Amino acid sequence: MSVASETVDWLTDSANWSGDEGIPHRLLEHVYYTGLAVGIAALVAVPLGLWIGHTGRFRNVAILVTGSMRALPTLGVLSLVAIYSGIGLTAPLVALIVLAIPPLLAGAYSGIESVDPRTVDAARAMGMTEWQVLLRVEVPLALPLLVGGVRSAVLQVVATATVAAYISLGGLGRYLIDGLAIRDYPQMLGGSVLVIGLALVLDGVFASIQHLALGERSRVEAARRT
Amino acid sequence: MKLTKVSAVVAAIAIGFGLTACGGDPTKDDSAPSASDTLTIGAVGSGEAQIVAEIYKQALEAQGVKIKTKYGIETREAAVPALQDGSIDLLPDYSGNLLTFVDKAATATSPADVEAALPAALPKGLEVFKASPAEDKDSLNVTKAFSDKNGVTSIADLAKVKGFALGANPEFKERAYGIPGLEKVYGITGIKFVPISDFGGPKTLKALLDDDIQVADIYTTTPSITENNLVTLADPQNLIAAQNLIPLIRTAKATTAIEDTLNKISAALTTADLVDMNGKNNGADKVAPDVLAKEWLTAKNLL
Amino acid sequence: MTWFLDNFAYVWELTVKHLVLSVIPLVVGFVVALPIGWFASRHRRLRGSVLSVGSLIYTIPSLPLFLVLPSIMGTKILDPLNVIVALSLYAAAVMVRSASDAFDSVPAEVLDASKATGFSEARSFFRVQLPLAGPVLLAGLRVVSVSTVSLVSIGALVGVSSLGSLFTDGSRRDFGTEIIIGIIGVVLIALVLDTLLVLAARLLMPWRSVVRSSGRSV
Repeated sequence: MSVASETVDWLTDSANWSGDEGIPHRLLEHVYYTGLAVGIAALVAVPLGLWIGHTGRFRNVAILVTGSMRALPTLGVLSLVAIYSGIGLTAPLVALIVLAIPPLLAGAYSGIESVDPRTVDAARAMGMTEWQVLLRVEVPLALPLLVGGVRSAVLQVVATATVAAYISLGGLGRYLIDGLAIRDYPQMLGGSVLVIGLALVLDGVFASIQHLALGERSRVEAARRT
Repeated sequence: MKLTKVSAVVAAIAIGFGLTACGGDPTKDDSAPSASDTLTIGAVGSGEAQIVAEIYKQALEAQGVKIKTKYGIETREAAVPALQDGSIDLLPDYSGNLLTFVDKAATATSPADVEAALPAALPKGLEVFKASPAEDKDSLNVTKAFSDKNGVTSIADLAKVKGFALGANPEFKERAYGIPGLEKVYGITGIKFVPISDFGGPKTLKALLDDDIQVADIYTTTPSITENNLVTLADPQNLIAAQNLIPLIRTAKATTAIEDTLNKISAALTTADLVDMNGKNNGADKVAPDVLAKEWLTAKNLL
Repeated sequence: MTWFLDNFAYVWELTVKHLVLSVIPLVVGFVVALPIGWFASRHRRLRGSVLSVGSLIYTIPSLPLFLVLPSIMGTKILDPLNVIVALSLYAAAVMVRSASDAFDSVPAEVLDASKATGFSEARSFFRVQLPLAGPVLLAGLRVVSVSTVSLVSIGALVGVSSLGSLFTDGSRRDFGTEIIIGIIGVVLIALVLDTLLVLAARLLMPWRSVVRSSGRSV
């Protein structure tokens, strides 16, 4: 397997570990794009999802919209926006936000829906305002599913941000697109290994957060019982 | 996602129709090794290659050759292996880039030298026919404003400009005529390279006009150069090799009949024709390659 | 619109290719994932590792997978088979989790009852477990179907034509109409396949209303 050993050589070559085109810089760029896209998507999707879950209104609309958004091909959205925005961050960001919204929205509203209605009624009976019900009872209980939504959004965006390099963006996708342009398999494979590694690390991080959220959920449930 | 029963049934019928209408499995058509009487023509990237491929196709079909097509291959680095493994049989290519691809050490830059060097350099099993005078090569372009302000009209002048960004396809970073050549031949250092995967197309142009990049690699037959009053930098050291259109074919498929037909096309095709057809393909009307090919063949009396 | 009408045959050809490139991986992925998912649900200890292999496969970015497969499988570089195999892998990777959840959802009492009735293992699988797992399987299949249809377009970056070719071509020509038509085409295919899945489920599982595709993502 000469390609495999060349890939190892590529990954361990110190020349690939420094400068603007070096692995640490590309890795940081990749994390930055991912964070930015998921962050902006969360600003839109999470409050909306919480509201839908809390009020139960527009649930069918939300399902329809998230379903259709999932069907939107990332490459198409990317190419289309890039025609108007040119090179730079705008087009990839829009494409990645579109990708991140459905899992975030779904995580938020299904999280709230998963809360036992009796718990919510009990909270209201205790005289909590709707805001208090949402923030003190529903959100903590919805946290595991909410974080689950963030987790799958992050994983999808990390993998797909590679395609964004098609529109002159940095990040780990650079190695894939540049490697593709000159058929440099070790570079392409090396880039893929890095993306997979990053995805696994992030997945682990979110798995731990989800675990903590489950702990928080049982704490809230316990508090209610006492 | 809830759909009414009626629309679902309509959709089911449409999908069934689609599967039968194409006569079996269309993915098979692409990949099956070509039957000996079928010629598969490929085209790399840009619209121009596809237009020329269409010209080859229609002229050969008029001679009774059965043709399949495989357009939209991303780069030569993909296309040449595809020729070697028989995925495609014929490819309109550009002489200089083809030569540097098959022979990294090649030094020829003039049209005649490049064409003469090709046959010996090609891998076994591939050959080229006569090159066309029509040429489309990489050229470095700057805006008129940038040229005036910095006194840049030649690539050599770029050496005195500090910290400019150059936009081109990703492979420009590695190719002999690309960044390595600019550094070695012209002594230009500190270039910020911006990879833009559109073959000197609209995004590269927009980046140049927006001043995201100051130098753009745009193919010489691209109408946007004159449309936007860009200054194409002279290349006194002949860094960028000649790029005449040349048919690259698998020897196993190269018959005299095919050679005669393609040689006639190559002889008739001019650089001006390419500029004209590219303009129509990319301009407001977005005329399809097959239509342009037909018009050209008819005008040149080659059908 | 004029462009669409002028190029209808071309767009139609790409649509059919896109459809075939989506449906084959969907079927292959489902057929492969079913026994693995069943196995995982029956062997709790192996479940974790089987599912992590699944998620590991799913994190591999599609682009390099398309390019690496030829050297592993000995296929040709532009062979659509590369895309089909890659997407089948993804589909199977996601479906394994759904399938395992689906078989988990079959109540243990039902299994015991079928055993007590004297059903053979195979008969129990096809007559009892599979039908009961059906709704959850369907929900998973619907999610996989949508993402597969969208992923097929990435193949255009490596020269495997589909509606994705309209994206790369439109991008090169600065031609939004072409890209929009491609997007509409992809969404329509996703919608049609989703509808067919739901219809098929109604035919095969007339006894229960179809579970909504849950919002949970792949």
